[in-house]
Formats: sequence, C-alpha cells, structure tokens
Amino acid sequence: MADRNIQGAGIKIKNLYKIFGQRPSAYVDAVKKGMSKTELNEQHGHVLGLRDINIDMPAGCIQVVMGLSGSGKSTLIRHINRLIDPTAGEVIVDQADVCKMNQNDLRQFRRHKTAMVFQKFALLPHRTVLDNTVYGLEIQGLSREKQEEQARRWIERVGLKGFEGHYPNQLSGGMQQRVGLARALTNDAPILLMDEAFSALDPLIRMDMQTVLLDLQKEIKKTIVFITHDLDEALRLGDRIAILRDGEVVQQGTGQDIVLKPADEYISSFVKEVNRGRVIMVDTIATHSGAPAATGGVTVRSGTILEDAAKTMTDANQQYATVVDDNGKPTGTISMNSLIQAMVTPISHLTSRAAAE
Amino acid sequence: MDWFYSFPNMNDDTLRNLKKTMDEGFKAFTRQYGDVIESFFEPLQYFLIQAERFMTVTPWPIMIVLIGGIAWIASRNWKIVGGTILTLLLIGYFDMWSDAMKTIAMIFVGTVVSIVIGIPIGIVMARSDSFQRMVNPILDVMQTMPSFVYLIPVVMLLGIGKVPGLIAVVIYAIPPMIRLTNLGIRLVDKDVLEAADAFGSSSWQRLKNVQIPLALPTIMAGINQTIMMALAMVVIASMIGVQGLGQPVLRSVNGQFFSLGLFNGLAIVGIAIIFDRVSQAYGKRLQKHQEVVHG
Repeated sequence: MADRNIQGAGIKIKNLYKIFGQRPSAYVDAVKKGMSKTELNEQHGHVLGLRDINIDMPAGCIQVVMGLSGSGKSTLIRHINRLIDPTAGEVIVDQADVCKMNQNDLRQFRRHKTAMVFQKFALLPHRTVLDNTVYGLEIQGLSREKQEEQARRWIERVGLKGFEGHYPNQLSGGMQQRVGLARALTNDAPILLMDEAFSALDPLIRMDMQTVLLDLQKEIKKTIVFITHDLDEALRLGDRIAILRDGEVVQQGTGQDIVLKPADEYISSFVKEVNRGRVIMVDTIATHSGAPAATGGVTVRSGTILEDAAKTMTDANQQYATVVDDNGKPTGTISMNSLIQAMVTPISHLTSRAAAE
Repeated sequence: MDWFYSFPNMNDDTLRNLKKTMDEGFKAFTRQYGDVIESFFEPLQYFLIQAERFMTVTPWPIMIVLIGGIAWIASRNWKIVGGTILTLLLIGYFDMWSDAMKTIAMIFVGTVVSIVIGIPIGIVMARSDSFQRMVNPILDVMQTMPSFVYLIPVVMLLGIGKVPGLIAVVIYAIPPMIRLTNLGIRLVDKDVLEAADAFGSSSWQRLKNVQIPLALPTIMAGINQTIMMALAMVVIASMIGVQGLGQPVLRSVNGQFFSLGLFNGLAIVGIAIIFDRVSQAYGKRLQKHQEVVHG
C-alpha cells in the first residue's frame, strides 16, 4: 500500500529510448551515435519513438509534456506505467526502476502508485458511473463498502453527485471525463497520469476541467504528468513544461522560461500566439534602481502575472508600482510602460537570446 | 497422350489397399477403444436422458407455463411470450407434443455442450494468434464436411442412439460459438483494455471485467447461431436414431407422406423462431447500456 501521508512521488526519466519495429534493440547503439529518425526509417524500416529523454519530475508538481501529434508525448507517458516497454533507459519512481520490474511487481505498481486518465475516456460502457469509479479499488480487492465510500466522495468532488447510477453513454463528453478523473482519483495513487485528458472536450468545458484539476491539486498534491498539444493549456496547468518534437525534448522549464526564452524557431512559433500577460510574472520586468517614492504606494506581490498587475495599477490610476516579496519587503519597481511592452512584444528565439546575454 | 485425356490416377490396387488398410485400422481402433470412449460419454448420456425425461414427463400445461416464463424473463416482451405459447399450443394440438419436447431437450443439451466447450476455445483463440491459425481450418472442415461423413466414424464407435446424435449436432453447431466468441473478444475497444491494464488488472480480471462483458453481444449472437444450426441438424441426427421431430420427417421422406413431413417441418420452424426471438431479445436487453441517450 502506498503511504497515505506522502502524496506524490518524484519521477526520474533517464536516457530513455524507444524504437518501434521488428528488432529495436539492434539499432539503439546506432541511434545513440546520432542516426537520425529519417535515416533509421529509410534504411532499416524502424521508427524512432523517443530519443534520449531526460526529465526530472519533482513530487507534488504538475509536469506538462507538450508536443504536436507524432512528437512521442503519448508514447512517453505510457513508459511511466510501462504500458509501453522502453528500448533502453530508466524510469525511476521511489528508487525503483519501473522498466526492470517483473509482471507481478509491475501490476502492484500500477495498482498502488499510478492512476491514469485517457483522452478517449476509456470508461467501461456496461458499468454505471459508480461501478466505473470503483474499478481501481475493486481490482485491488478492497471491500465493496470501502470502494463505494471512496468513490462517492470523489464523484461528489468532481461534481457528478446524483449521476452514480447513469451509464457513460448517458453522459456528455465533459461529464464522462469527470468520471475518468474520479476513477483515477479514487485509486488514491501518488502519481496521476493524464494523457491528453481534456483534448477531446470543447473549449469552455476544457477550461472548466482545468479549473477543477487545479483546485483539486491544491488539496491532493499529487505528482501529475499531463500530456497536451495545447500551449495555453500547458502554461495554465504546468508547474514545469517539457516540449517534445520528433521524440526529443527540445526545451524544458517553467512556463515563463519557455515564453521568455524559446529555445528555437519551432517553440517561438508557438509562443507567438500565447497571451503573455497571463504567463510572465512581474519579477521578470522589475527594475531595482527605480525610486520607490514614485509608485504612489501601489504594491504587487512577487509572482503576480502581468495582467493582474496591470489591473491593480489601472484601478489605482498609477504609472508605477512596487514589487514586494511575501514579507512585504520591496524588491523592485515596475512601470506601466515596461508592463505593456512585455505583454505585446513577441520575442523570437534570436532576439531573446541576445537580450539574455 | 493418354494421360492428357484421362487423369493419371493412382493404381486401382494401391487405392483399394489404402482404403482397406484405413478401414481395418479404424475398425481395430473401434474394437480396442470403443468401450473406453463410450464410458467417456456416459455423463453426457445421463444428462441427455434426464433432460428428455424432464421435458416429456412434466405435464404439458406446466411445460407451457415454464417455457412462457423463460421467454418472459429473457425478452420482457408480451408479443414474444404470446407467440411462444401459441406455437406450443399448435404443436400440441397437431399431436406433435412429445416429439417436440424430445427435440427441444436435444437442442438444449446440444447448445449447453456447445457453449461449455465453445466459449473457452474462443477465448484461447482470441488470446493466441497461433492457436487461431490452428483452429480456423478445423472449424472450416467442421462446417463444410457433409455431416453424413462424420456420422460414419461416430456410429462405428458409439453405435446408434442419442449420444452419437448429440455429437453430430455439437460438431455442426459449435463453430459459430467459437468463431463469434473469438471475434467478440478481439473487437473489444483497445482503449478500454489499456485502461484496465493501467489500473493493474490481472489477465483474469481483464477477461472477467472487460473482455467478456464487452464481447457479450457478439457471444450472444454466437449462441443464437448455434441454436439455429443445432435445429438444422435434427433431421439428419434422426437418421442415427435420435428421437424427436426429425423421425417423422425421415419417415415421410421414405414413404412420401406429404402432410406428415409438412406438419413436422413447420413444428421445427416454429421452435426455431421461438428460440431465435427469445435469445435475440435477451441479447438486445444486455446491450441496453449501449443506447445513446445523450447526443
């Protein structure tokens, strides 16, 4: 049984490779020496799924893995509970390498350490909402009473109270995914794997579900691995973001890192479309030389996003504001001018590099 | 150019010897193991005799209530229950009651045996491609080989009677059961299976919680087909001594009794329709959750 006091468990992915084909292990060395995806495909008929993935996911955080279709993000998340076997590399959870577990250990690991939410919901159509939700506990062999107690709590928590007796087909997509979420949470595992969990939902319901997830996370503090192809979603949810392309990690860091310092043209083309005011924090543009007296007493907390800071300043009708840390100690000042500049200037990866140097 | 116009066939003597050796070999096998094999099928015979006794000894009004009740439980449809009772009354009125009951007993036992053997084979087939490759041609042979051909060795081994008839029925009726179980399990949504795996299901839990329930509509279609095929075998099985509606049909073929053949033939059709409608309605009821209520 997982220790219930410690929610979340860190996940370390080390030098992970995945090659699809008849004899994947024969080509690992060639790929490690730098054979490209196209070469591998054209000369040997094997497909490179993942190349040298190294991601350190701290416990209790939301780690987003972002990429377009075919980038290998769904393959990657399936390595964490080993629905897909890696060709080479390690996935370490709680000092244990998932890739080296035998069938029995792996089953125990899946039962107690992970829970998963799927893009296409993957609910059992012949079971009611309640019977779907208890699934994880049922196969662990808990008593029906305990199963239901847990399940009812989470069904209520995701806002489905009163629908316990419905079948999945009687529910809308958004409600079905709430069942998927309740099923995963009922399992009470420290790791929550979400594979494009909200991608099949329409935009308003998707926002709604993101809010549900963020609210829940404040309480459950699990290690959540969230896969998405949507940068806005990634920035909204992710404590940390890793961006995948063609099976390789092209950049990883916080949302702000990625918006301010896109690693290459590929990422900056994404970043251009982002609402920067919601991502960048005041600390980034604060200057430390400005006179505090000029701010007219308006203060914003360190870590506030630009949009909120702008609102505070316009409400107070001020051109300047002081940035203060958690103890109320001033750390710098911002001006409306710099604020607007940071919100509207799209940064290409070249200019941002120049700015950083 | 002789070989061009007449096929260069095997030497007559060789062919005759080959057939003779095979026949004698099988006869020797029959003498040697006939008793062992017969005792192996004894439980089946017991089951068959009990079922038949129950069907024929129970007074007809009770039987009608019983069958009507089963039809109601399975279909929850008054039309089907009404049709069932009417058909049974007509069969009784035309003096075919006891033959019909014997036939129903035979079909019942044949179907149960087919399900008990067929579903596990279907499940193993769905799990193993190599087993599927092995079983498929056997099923093809079972379905296309004229039934008279496999009646010969069965009769040689077990003589004439109920059990060889039952074996003939099962051989003919079991392929759809196996095939549709296999198909149903193979068609189960991969996403749902992956979810079952992700939560740590053992392979038995996966089978019990996901594969069988989701394949059930297809499996039910297999049971329905099996019943229909079993009924189709009733007349042929009567040639080796199986009692029931097939016997009078056989007699009417031999003696050219048109009306006798027609009445009994219609009785078989009537029973077939009862079984078909009831089992299909039951299959549909199992899928109630599939109805999309939310657009």
